[in-house]
Amino acid sequence: MESLIDIVLLAFLVGIAFAIVWMKDLLAVIMLLGIYGLLSASFFVAMDAVDVAFTEASVGAGISTLLMLVTIAMTGRSEHPVRHKPFLALAVVIITGSLLIYGTLDMPYFGSAQAPVHQHVAPRYINDSIEEVGVPNIVTSVLASYRAFDTFGEVVVIFTAGMGVLALLSVVRRPKNTTGDKARDIAKIDLINDSMHEQHLVLRIVTKMLIPFIFLYAFYVQFHGDYGPGGGFQAGVIFASAIFLYAMLFGMSTARRVINQSFIQLLAAIGVLLYGSVGVVSLLNGKNFFDYSALSVDPIAGQHLGILLIELGVGCTVASVMVIIFFSFADRKDNGQNLESNGIENNLKENNKK
Amino acid sequence: MDTFINISSSVFLLTGSFLCISGGVGILRFPDFYTRMHAVGVTETLATAMILIGLMLHNPDFFVDIKLMIILIMSLFISPTASHALASAAMRNDFSQKNNEKPDSEQVKPWNP
Repeated sequence: MESLIDIVLLAFLVGIAFAIVWMKDLLAVIMLLGIYGLLSASFFVAMDAVDVAFTEASVGAGISTLLMLVTIAMTGRSEHPVRHKPFLALAVVIITGSLLIYGTLDMPYFGSAQAPVHQHVAPRYINDSIEEVGVPNIVTSVLASYRAFDTFGEVVVIFTAGMGVLALLSVVRRPKNTTGDKARDIAKIDLINDSMHEQHLVLRIVTKMLIPFIFLYAFYVQFHGDYGPGGGFQAGVIFASAIFLYAMLFGMSTARRVINQSFIQLLAAIGVLLYGSVGVVSLLNGKNFFDYSALSVDPIAGQHLGILLIELGVGCTVASVMVIIFFSFADRKDNGQNLESNGIENNLKENNKK
Repeated sequence: MDTFINISSSVFLLTGSFLCISGGVGILRFPDFYTRMHAVGVTETLATAMILIGLMLHNPDFFVDIKLMIILIMSLFISPTASHALASAAMRNDFSQKNNEKPDSEQVKPWNP
């Protein structure tokens, strides 16, 4: 029965991958990518990898879809037809693919207990982690304690990505508005808000009701990561998606009034700093880098404290980097054509004519 | 009592699955965008609710029941809203006219945006 589910899911994945390659409409491609992410998440659940599935569902199906939607709002919806002969690329892909398949022939049988992966460090994690780290979720103890240095690297990568987006896309934001008087700005924002209110009334009300619960869920995922699937990465992404939802429905200008950009940038840096300083503190206490047992008299309590702190750092960085990326993309779009306000002013004029 | 709960949970699960399948048939068979969306939008909400209630009856653990209840409430809010957003976006972009211009033979095809 389980293999039947696997076969169906994998067949769907292959079908969607081909559809993604063939489609020219980028919006449909993005929706298909979201479905692809959700299906891989279900596949991971079928393989009992709940943490990975959670990450895939929130990142692959959730936030990357949103970010790509913002991107095609800037770039346009259809793919440019490319006239070139892809035979060389096809040959390279076929040769590489067959080499990779040839490489898998030497690998141990799928799921075999004798495979080196299951013999190397996995037994120690499974047998001793509850005594050494004291966290019921083994994935969290591997990710946050045994492999804390790797996770630190991942957080730094995310931070660097955010900084890269800022360096490439951040522009001096609309000098007209910043020099103009503030009351007029606010009046303009209110005008946009009112006109959007009629269009998105249902969506806005439901969103207003849901956003507190999304935040609550994000905090639950953040602080419950020791006991169940979840952790800083997923929580940060869920937190950011609530902010995206708000910004999409209430307009970028309103969202920019609510969320302070420089504070968000500071928060991204503080997350990495918090993570790194936990390591430095344990180093100064005479233990290894990221050996949390140095943080408290009781080693287990130290481990709990350390995991809590670094997950908090991860959550801060991920959430604020996602928000930074989203806001830079959306700013870029606004700057390009200022469609938001113009379109709505036109709508208002039409309404007045009627 | 046990058999009663088992039977009612299976009835709920089967009804939910049937509604899911009928929604899927609807999206393939109905002629234009709005009727298709209607088919999925209406059945999906009820099917999710039915399946979740079936699972709740099936599960003895109180905390799992509470979590399923929260998912149920959320989905009762979210899926009608999503259908509404889809339909109003299609309305605003005058989707109905574009679709009606197509000849009859093309209307049977699944909608390709």
